[in-house]
Amino acid sequence: MTGQRLWRRRATGLAGAATALAVFSLASVAAGSNPIPLGEVWRLLFGPDGSFESIIVHEQRIPRTLLAVAVGAALGTAGALMQSLTRNPLADPGILGINAGASLAVVAAVAVFGVTSVWFYLWFAFAGAAFAAVAVYLLGGAGRRSPTPARLALAGIAISMAVAAIVETVILADQKAFNEFRFWAAGSVEGRGYPVLWAVAGFICLGLLMAAACGPALNAMALGEDTGRALGVHIGRTRVLVMFAVTLLAGAATAAAGPIGFIGLGVPYLARAICGPDARWVIPYTVLAAPVVLLAADVLARVVVAPQELQVGIMSAILGAPMFIAVVRRRRIEAL
Amino acid sequence: MKVSGGANVATNGPASSGSASPSWASRAGPTNRRHVVVRAGTLALRFERRALIVGAVLMTAAAAVAAAALMIGDYPLTPAQALGSLFGFGDDPLARYFVQNQRAPRVVAAAAVGAALGMSGCVFQSISDNPLGSPDVIGFTTGAATGALAQIIVFDAGPAAISGGAVAGGFAAATAVYLLAWRRGLAGFRLVLVGVGVAALLQACNALLIVRASLTAAQTAAVWLAGSLNATTWTEASLVTVALAVLGPAALTLSRPLGTLMMGDDLAAGLGVRVERRRLELVAVGVALVCVAVAAAGPVAFVALAAPQLAKRLTRTAGTGMASAGSMGALLVLAADLVAQRIFAPTQLPVGVVTGSLGGVYLIWLLAREWRRNPA
Repeated sequence: MTGQRLWRRRATGLAGAATALAVFSLASVAAGSNPIPLGEVWRLLFGPDGSFESIIVHEQRIPRTLLAVAVGAALGTAGALMQSLTRNPLADPGILGINAGASLAVVAAVAVFGVTSVWFYLWFAFAGAAFAAVAVYLLGGAGRRSPTPARLALAGIAISMAVAAIVETVILADQKAFNEFRFWAAGSVEGRGYPVLWAVAGFICLGLLMAAACGPALNAMALGEDTGRALGVHIGRTRVLVMFAVTLLAGAATAAAGPIGFIGLGVPYLARAICGPDARWVIPYTVLAAPVVLLAADVLARVVVAPQELQVGIMSAILGAPMFIAVVRRRRIEAL
Repeated sequence: MKVSGGANVATNGPASSGSASPSWASRAGPTNRRHVVVRAGTLALRFERRALIVGAVLMTAAAAVAAAALMIGDYPLTPAQALGSLFGFGDDPLARYFVQNQRAPRVVAAAAVGAALGMSGCVFQSISDNPLGSPDVIGFTTGAATGALAQIIVFDAGPAAISGGAVAGGFAAATAVYLLAWRRGLAGFRLVLVGVGVAALLQACNALLIVRASLTAAQTAAVWLAGSLNATTWTEASLVTVALAVLGPAALTLSRPLGTLMMGDDLAAGLGVRVERRRLELVAVGVALVCVAVAAAGPVAFVALAAPQLAKRLTRTAGTGMASAGSMGALLVLAADLVAQRIFAPTQLPVGVVTGSLGGVYLIWLLAREWRRNPA
């Protein structure tokens, strides 16, 4: 493929992802247990009139949609970064236990201090995510050499299972404090509103910017650490930066929506199929396409059991787990 | 183990007479001390001495915990009272009621469920050659739960149908995992990862079922899902005991070909094991064991994973350690159930919560230690 054609293909794909994001955002604003006609939704979108429908659209569905976009972009990008850094197609903040670590820290903090303000537990989410990330990396590689894909995934699965059991114990032991938290623990973007969105938006933007800045260095490191070093990349600094960005993104997303898995797994995989392994392209693709997946899961979660709702974390597992199985079944899980 | 009339128990150490031990054993030098050979007519069974001792210790400990569970409770009893009530001698009708109808079935069910889970975990960890290849990680337990939930929620069924649903669901999940992980052979890590994916999918389906359920059905389902022995009656206890009496000996018999299979398929075939057939039988017995346990008590987490590993560390055996894994499982569930009953008394926790949080910590430690030692 010549450079010109490759560039055109990448740009078309990016435009397609942006269109899909717009369509699904609109669908997310339109769908829900209160049926509001599409034309009405469109009119209310630009002219809120204080009616019941208008309040539903502006107070509930728009913040929910925006939060789903932010959380989806964060989780997808965290997955893309981890896959590039560990050169492992199975890396995902859900599978590697980083979301679970963040949620354990949040649950423990709420149980101990009894405060349920997002500004308070956000910091615990960051701490938990960072701790889990380091633990997985050490467990999977035992510190000496870069861990194999299967082994890193196994380490992460072990951590998230253990952590999930502990979270379950805390929640069961203190049911009063966790009545509203039970939905958070399954992963949901419902009823968060603007306060939560504003609390995490800044951190997610910072994480996305750091991800974009790391792109060239990740490209060089994709050729192997020695080659990367020869090409002038500071390996240690890049690794710390990327892990910091992953912690910000996964921690903020988990604090906002609870642990949601599998979003960061499939999207970077599909992005690489379209635009090739260049991290400078994979990351923007993921930022646009991962929210589409989360929005689709969230819309489905509202539709399949209407008038009730599922948590989006459940729906993302139903969509994402087959993808995970498909990747695992490939003849060998090739290193990126 | 029965040693019948004409049998002699020979310890083939240096002290025993040459005629009692076969010539190859006496030539084996230092390994002699490690085995005990039991002969009954033409039949001879060779046991590892350490495994026998560990098994005996584990069973004694399990019996002690079981006795404690009969005595401890909101209506405390002395050992004499508990024993008397158990066999119907006591003159206290309340004590007799508590022991015979409440505590005894619970203790029996806990021991049987634990033994079934431990043996099932031993089968699958040996087949996949990976401590994570145990049925609660690779989706069999979750599948059994899905089957049971479907019965509770969709068909509003009674206890017998729920057990049937659990068994059917567990077998369906196991078949799916086995077929999806099969690719010109069964690589251990692929089995584990495919199983984890299937487990995630089934877990989501379980959540979906619960959301769709009516409030009462959802409450039944939630209690059941946590893995609990709190409402065990003699019905459940006798079901799981009978199933264990059939499946346990089958698993113990198959543990010898399993030990050979662990050396690799080619070597096992060369040593006269019918590899695929034995493996299928093992999978069938293992899945049946875990399904029976789940049907009786719900998905009790991490016992199938931890029991074989703990038993292996204690016995230091190179074989499968099936019997000690079963004893260890029984001990774990008995002890965890006692803790779950009493730690926040009178509130009773589900036993699965206790095993889950302890087992989780143990699992991390296990992986860290294992992989630090041999970074492969």
